[in-house]
Amino acid sequence: MIDWFSIVMGTALFLMMIPMVYRIWVGPTPFDRMLAVNVIGTKTAVLLVIIGTLFGRVDMFVDFAIAYALLNFVSAIVVSRYLNRTVSLRDMEEKEKAKEVEA
Amino acid sequence: MYPIIVFILLFLNWIVFSGKFDVFHLGLGIVSCVVVTWLSHDLLFHDRKKGLIARTREAWRFICYIPWITWEVVLANVHVFKLAMTRKGYVEMVPRVVTFKTILKTDFAKFVLANSITLTPGTITMLIRGDTFHIHVMSQFLEDDLLSGLIEQKVAEVFEPGVVNAV
Amino acid sequence: MIHVQAVLPVVAEAVDKGGGIFPLQLIGFALGVLGLVFFLGTAVGMIRFPDFYTRMHAAGKGDTLSTMLMLAGFALVTMEDFSLGSWLLVVKIMAIVLFLYITCPTSTHALMRAAFEDDEMPLEEKDLAKRKKK
Repeated sequence: MIDWFSIVMGTALFLMMIPMVYRIWVGPTPFDRMLAVNVIGTKTAVLLVIIGTLFGRVDMFVDFAIAYALLNFVSAIVVSRYLNRTVSLRDMEEKEKAKEVEA
Repeated sequence: MYPIIVFILLFLNWIVFSGKFDVFHLGLGIVSCVVVTWLSHDLLFHDRKKGLIARTREAWRFICYIPWITWEVVLANVHVFKLAMTRKGYVEMVPRVVTFKTILKTDFAKFVLANSITLTPGTITMLIRGDTFHIHVMSQFLEDDLLSGLIEQKVAEVFEPGVVNAV
Repeated sequence: MIHVQAVLPVVAEAVDKGGGIFPLQLIGFALGVLGLVFFLGTAVGMIRFPDFYTRMHAAGKGDTLSTMLMLAGFALVTMEDFSLGSWLLVVKIMAIVLFLYITCPTSTHALMRAAFEDDEMPLEEKDLAKRKKK
């Protein structure tokens, strides 16, 4: 009973990740892609707990899930900060170019 | 006073995540918690002037605040589900950006307010500059709901009871 | 028409094979399926919504609640007896839930702010009307 429930839940979760992969594939902006990666990462933490239930070793897999959730959060923050900084650098370069044109 | 509280919180975390109760593992936990407390005891609590009783009251009020926000999350999800699944909801969608000033002072209260706004139906915090919040809203109805200031009042009741009485 | 008296022993037998406490497991199954339904809303919203900011509405909210519900459901499903070990497991899973409760809106806000400072303007009403006509 638990096994069948875990298999059905895991498969459904996996199938519902396909729209996110589509969003990574087409997503017009880099932020769309990062958002989809973030959602997939959060769901992977759940998927790890489900796999642990199937193997009967939830006490072990829960630790992996915690580590994955932490890593996912840190990666989202880091990438958003990185994109932010890149933009300000781009603005700086444009200003420099404008100065050069003026000179 | 505060280093002891930090140590107790860290050690509770250690016990939960380690799950072993023999002397060796608990000893390792005590040693590492002492080291971490010694290195970074001034990071966790910002305002050191408040007494222990005031802290406990604040924590209790925050725990009382959690069920309300959880119910709001459920409502927000039903709203998103309706927008995504039905054609009518999609036609009703009128996104816009709203700006308002908050009465809250401390950083942590602002953080809780921003997260609460993100979790309530149809609103997401975009940008915080000082006292000014820029918020992305889905429709006119939700904008009126937001500007009535219910969430702000709830958060102010939790963290800064003096502010509510003053306004 | 299926008779209830005929179905109940089968279900009870299946549960006995799997181990665990029956009413708790039923609540766990219900929570898991509910989380799956809300995640379906998120997935469809990610495809259908017109621009980045509205997609953020779908992701930021649906992600939080569906993950919380599914994890809580599995915490109840895996609870076999009321011993110390299984309580510890439940507390650990609830720690993940609490962590996600804090971090999901925060990372949403970080991405949102990065996008807003990148001159990625949100859709106005007339743009949306144009898009609806297509």
